[in-house]
Amino acid sequence: MSATSAPRAIGLEAIGMRKVFGSLVALDDVSLKVPAGSFHALLGENGAGKSTLVKCIMGFYQPDAGQVLVDGRERAIRNPKEAAEAGIGMVYQHFTLVPSLTGAENLVISRPQGKMIIRWAEENAALAAFLDRMPFRAPLDRPVALLSAGEKQKLEILKQLYLDQRFIILDEPTSVLTPGEADEVLGLLRDMTRRGEVTVLMITHKFREVTAFADDLTVLRKGAFAGNGVVKNTSVESMSSMMIGDTPIRERADRVAHQNKPVVLDIAGVFADADDGRPAIEAINLKIRAGEIVGIAGVSGNGQSALVEVLSGQRPMRLGQLAIHGEDYLPNRASMARLKVFGLPEEPLKNATVPRMSVAENMAFRSFDRPPIASLKWWLSPAPMRKQAEELIAKYRVKTPSPDAPIAALSGGNVQRSVLARELSGDVDVLIVANPCFGLDFASVAEIRAQIMDQRNRGAAVLLVSEDLDEILSLSDRVAVMSGGQITYVEEIGKTDRATIGAHMAGGGH
Amino acid sequence: MDGSSALATVLIAMLGGAIRVSTPFLFVALGEMLTERSGRINLGLEGTLVLGAMSGYAISYHTGSPWLGLLVAGCAGMMMGALHALICRLPKVNDIAVGIALMLFGLGIAFFLGKAYIQPSAPRLPSIPLGFWSDNPQIAQALQINPLFLIGIALAFFLAWALKNTRPGLILRVTGDSEAAARALGHPVMLIRLIATACGGFLAGVGGAFLSLYYPGSWNEGLSSGQGLMAVALVIFARWDPIRCMVAAMLFGAAGALGPSLQAIGITQGYYFFNAAPYILTLLLMIGSAGSKKALRDAPGELALTR
Repeated sequence: MSATSAPRAIGLEAIGMRKVFGSLVALDDVSLKVPAGSFHALLGENGAGKSTLVKCIMGFYQPDAGQVLVDGRERAIRNPKEAAEAGIGMVYQHFTLVPSLTGAENLVISRPQGKMIIRWAEENAALAAFLDRMPFRAPLDRPVALLSAGEKQKLEILKQLYLDQRFIILDEPTSVLTPGEADEVLGLLRDMTRRGEVTVLMITHKFREVTAFADDLTVLRKGAFAGNGVVKNTSVESMSSMMIGDTPIRERADRVAHQNKPVVLDIAGVFADADDGRPAIEAINLKIRAGEIVGIAGVSGNGQSALVEVLSGQRPMRLGQLAIHGEDYLPNRASMARLKVFGLPEEPLKNATVPRMSVAENMAFRSFDRPPIASLKWWLSPAPMRKQAEELIAKYRVKTPSPDAPIAALSGGNVQRSVLARELSGDVDVLIVANPCFGLDFASVAEIRAQIMDQRNRGAAVLLVSEDLDEILSLSDRVAVMSGGQITYVEEIGKTDRATIGAHMAGGGH
Repeated sequence: MDGSSALATVLIAMLGGAIRVSTPFLFVALGEMLTERSGRINLGLEGTLVLGAMSGYAISYHTGSPWLGLLVAGCAGMMMGALHALICRLPKVNDIAVGIALMLFGLGIAFFLGKAYIQPSAPRLPSIPLGFWSDNPQIAQALQINPLFLIGIALAFFLAWALKNTRPGLILRVTGDSEAAARALGHPVMLIRLIATACGGFLAGVGGAFLSLYYPGSWNEGLSSGQGLMAVALVIFARWDPIRCMVAAMLFGAAGALGPSLQAIGITQGYYFFNAAPYILTLLLMIGSAGSKKALRDAPGELALTR
């Protein structure tokens, strides 16, 4: 490809898009204008219709009304292949690279046409030449499964550029990146838009990224257009009021000051292996006091989930010791009940419920084998189980058609509330929480964070694992950073800041 | 017969055995490897193997051409494979259960149609005397090599090359590793699996024809004794790699030749025990590779085994 035929950014406009699923209006007369060579942010809460809009543009859905203009001309996009032909590419939140193939194989196979026999010498030379024109690079010779999340994300973006897509849609691109990596990737993409090489449409709910990188923004709320503007002239307050509307948010519970509380949870020298036999966590040491929240920050996949799995008995520990109140803690049902260990794992529908069982049954998982639900240790009575569920549903404001509905039928926020109700209804000494607010709307987020803070104030030792640094900064008393399966940094919240934590998350800062 | 010549006899016999006995293993394993690389397990290859043995023998008997028999055996296997793929594309169908059903179906239909061919003798596949340079009759005997063995070796190398260096090879790997990615690239996942499973069935059918048309070289109901099932174990042991499939098939062949070759030098004690060597080997390999978490790293991501 010579310099004269260098591909140019393309502009895109969606006018009056409408999409109805059954009785739900997912998109109602939404318009969006992204001029060529601009960096546009699409803001909105979960369920605001961002993904629906983008999927209509990409041809995954057919809109019920509305049209898409590419470079000012109307263009019917019936499927993702036609979107690709129009030069529109999308980087998904869930990676679409094939794990067992190398980077080079992934790029070559993603091309729509090609010869039957792949001449690797020629292809590798072409790929090297392509990478030389790109502002960032990713390793191409290793299987994708061995790459870090940041490298995968870069490779996904490189793939779109390799395929000559000049309008790139990024779906929450930074959820798997360290703050440093996020700034690098977004910064380089912004530079490319400045040079007129690509146009970027980024779906996000992080205001910081919008103010730092985007030129313009469009906000959606409940499937409808809620506002747009030039980023320079829009304050974060007005962005958030466009996004949330007038929903009242419950204030966070105040932090009660504790002093000289005893150590409750003591994690000493814990090692555990991943499913494929490689070490997942190594030499984890952490002490958590009563009335303290220790937040574990880190990019996902650095051993946080393995640590939570060890503490909740889902993953065997290779070496090390766990103690609660000075007593040996083996993560099994009996000692969890005795030592009052409770947990809120990530993706609760998958990790903390049986989706097809009813809400009442799911809420009774901690108590079904004890009176009043069980008598003689094996005879279960449905009436007390139902009564308990009704109380919890009312107390935690779970929206469910009935206690007998399968829990899988509930929305994400209500599944999380049901699990919270089950785990927090008793006396809690140790609470293990992982990504509690992932994918929830603002109101649920505030409520769940308040519940966690309540437990801390009542004297529980809380371990909070989160990929959302803001959540850690707002809730924790102390911060620990996990990187490469080890805890690399521990500090009081008052003595650290976002940049220091970010550097440790990236594996630097030693 | 002194000790060293007895040992040489056993080793030569095992070499010959490895070459003869390994051929059906090799074909079935390569076929299963191809199927599993597309993201499905076909446990029905035992039935396919026996059906191939029966149909190959019958066609060779009627037409007098063992090569035509071989081709028909392959086609019968291909139909069994295609049937597996077609049933599995229905919603909520489990490929392992369908495989077991088709294994029993294949065995049943082969026994039913094959009753008439137990007695008659059909023309067999020729062999190439590659041991002509040796005066030692044992070596000459051991190196009576069937062309199918050489084709199998070539096929293993070809598949290893094709999986890395051709578009269809890469597309097959994409389909087996991530159905979502294959769909996103616009490839017809079900069609690719249909082709892979049908080709796998073809190879298993050819393997079966080798049993009835070359070694042991006759058709009866106890012909296969589980080789089709052992090949599935072998593919897992070979971690879905064609070259390792080839090595593993030879290992199984050599183990299968242990009993007869010990008998040849007069050791009859434990004859049945040594004959059971391939089964014991299967068991040990399965225990060994099940314990190794590394094996799963190479497994195609869409395989029911890994989910």
